[in-house]
Amino acid sequence: MPPKDANQELHSQISIRNLNFYYGKAIALKNINLDIYKGNVTAFIGPSGCGKSTLLRTINRMYDLYPGQRAEGELIIDGKNILENGVDTIQLRAQVGMVFQKPTPFPMSIYDNIAFGVRMHEKLTSREMNDRVEWALSKAALWDEVKDKLNQPGTGLSGGQQQRLCIARGVAVKPKVLLLDEPTSALDPISTMRIEELVHELKREFTIAIVTHNMQQAARLSDFTAYMYLGEMIEFGKTDEIFIKPQDKRTEDYITGRVG
Amino acid sequence: MDLVTKRKIINFIALSLSLSAMAFGLFWLIWILWMVCEQGFSSLSLALITLDTPPPGSAGGLRNAIVGSGIMVGLAMAIATPIAILSGIYLAEYGQTNWLGKTTRFVNDIMLSAPSIVIGLFIYAVYVTHLGKFSGMSGAIALALLVIPVVVRTTEDMLILVPNALREAAFALGAPKWKVVLMITLRSAKTGVVTGILLALARISGETAPLLFTALSNQFWSVDLNEPMANLPVTIFKFAMSPFADWQGLAWAGVFIITLTVLLLNVLARVLFRKTGSQY
Repeated sequence: MPPKDANQELHSQISIRNLNFYYGKAIALKNINLDIYKGNVTAFIGPSGCGKSTLLRTINRMYDLYPGQRAEGELIIDGKNILENGVDTIQLRAQVGMVFQKPTPFPMSIYDNIAFGVRMHEKLTSREMNDRVEWALSKAALWDEVKDKLNQPGTGLSGGQQQRLCIARGVAVKPKVLLLDEPTSALDPISTMRIEELVHELKREFTIAIVTHNMQQAARLSDFTAYMYLGEMIEFGKTDEIFIKPQDKRTEDYITGRVG
Repeated sequence: MDLVTKRKIINFIALSLSLSAMAFGLFWLIWILWMVCEQGFSSLSLALITLDTPPPGSAGGLRNAIVGSGIMVGLAMAIATPIAILSGIYLAEYGQTNWLGKTTRFVNDIMLSAPSIVIGLFIYAVYVTHLGKFSGMSGAIALALLVIPVVVRTTEDMLILVPNALREAAFALGAPKWKVVLMITLRSAKTGVVTGILLALARISGETAPLLFTALSNQFWSVDLNEPMANLPVTIFKFAMSPFADWQGLAWAGVFIITLTVLLLNVLARVLFRKTGSQY
């Protein structure tokens, strides 16, 4: 693969405009504006409680599950503001997959863990489903480890394998966007490395947004970085620029370890 | 006396007190079990399951009572379990905070601690008096009313224990709520829910009070749900109070059968429960 051309044209996959988010009366995101670009990895960094996870959970409307949480503003995917009422969240989540901090294998076989999401959105023959399961597990670099025990429960895998299973599960639905919410914070360094390699591979086919506490990880993985602080977007730009010459004093303080 | 010695002495006293409390509890339990086994075992015979309850002085068994108990307990479970599991699902997944959920939970808690004789009297008043006779059906309904609160409670508790992360993960794949509940949360809580059902089953298989006013009892073989139906608890009550030695022997055999069944159900529930514990 040729190196990315610096002047390569960027297409916005998700446009966020004037986004505010509330937990009841408390405001958690203040007037967020940014674009998440197609085929790129965008990292969200910032100290705990800065709203980066909240922002991620807005993109697939996870907050809908909890009464009292609401978002206002625009979050445009494919020309449609998905924050509006009447948006089909089931459709939306087929387009925008999510992987969480802790591995959450479902109480079923490895095969069914992958097939579960696919069955929600597509009617496949059993052969097509077998192919899809293999494809997704290969994408998540897990196929070789589990191909002989697809009928065993997903809970029997190691933590790192479970997390790759969760990534495979998200990939299997063939979303456009993958949201990763601190996907390696519960894993050991080796498993973390494998997940990072995976993210590198996956960005060829998916747009990826990742929340991380680990600044080196953000620097290694992402093309764009957003620094957030107290619910505000302080700085957003190319990862190289953010880490080498941040424009804002607060960003500089954070990435040099003076605060946070 | 230094601090360490003092701590050791206090530790010794606390340990002795709790050990003797445990020994006190176990003493009675083992005595009861021993007595039931000893008395029940000597009365065990094949006739127990081939012959019906006899008049005093003649040979007989408990066939009609065992079958009657089986029918009523089975019917009660069949009526109560679906209702209770669905209610439990509502409380845990849908009505966690709304007024309907709160009210239901409150009423259910009252039902949970209601004496079983009250349930028996209630069914007597609203069902038995209207039909004008005791019946197996009314016994089953009374038992079902005892099962519902137990199973509602355990189902709700077990579902709440399922980590929210698991629900979110399923929602994040675009699963509709009913599928998340059915295929993810209920499945994770499956063994816990089954344990609750088994414990409820164990509880009603020994209940006497709600059957006294409803199924009454029957000296003869009958599987007609509209007729009084023989059952183990009331038969035991009747036979144990009688002056006839052979009736008393049958009562002990009945007690032995119930105790053994309840013990087996409890062991089964525990084995199931241990399996869930290792999953997370």
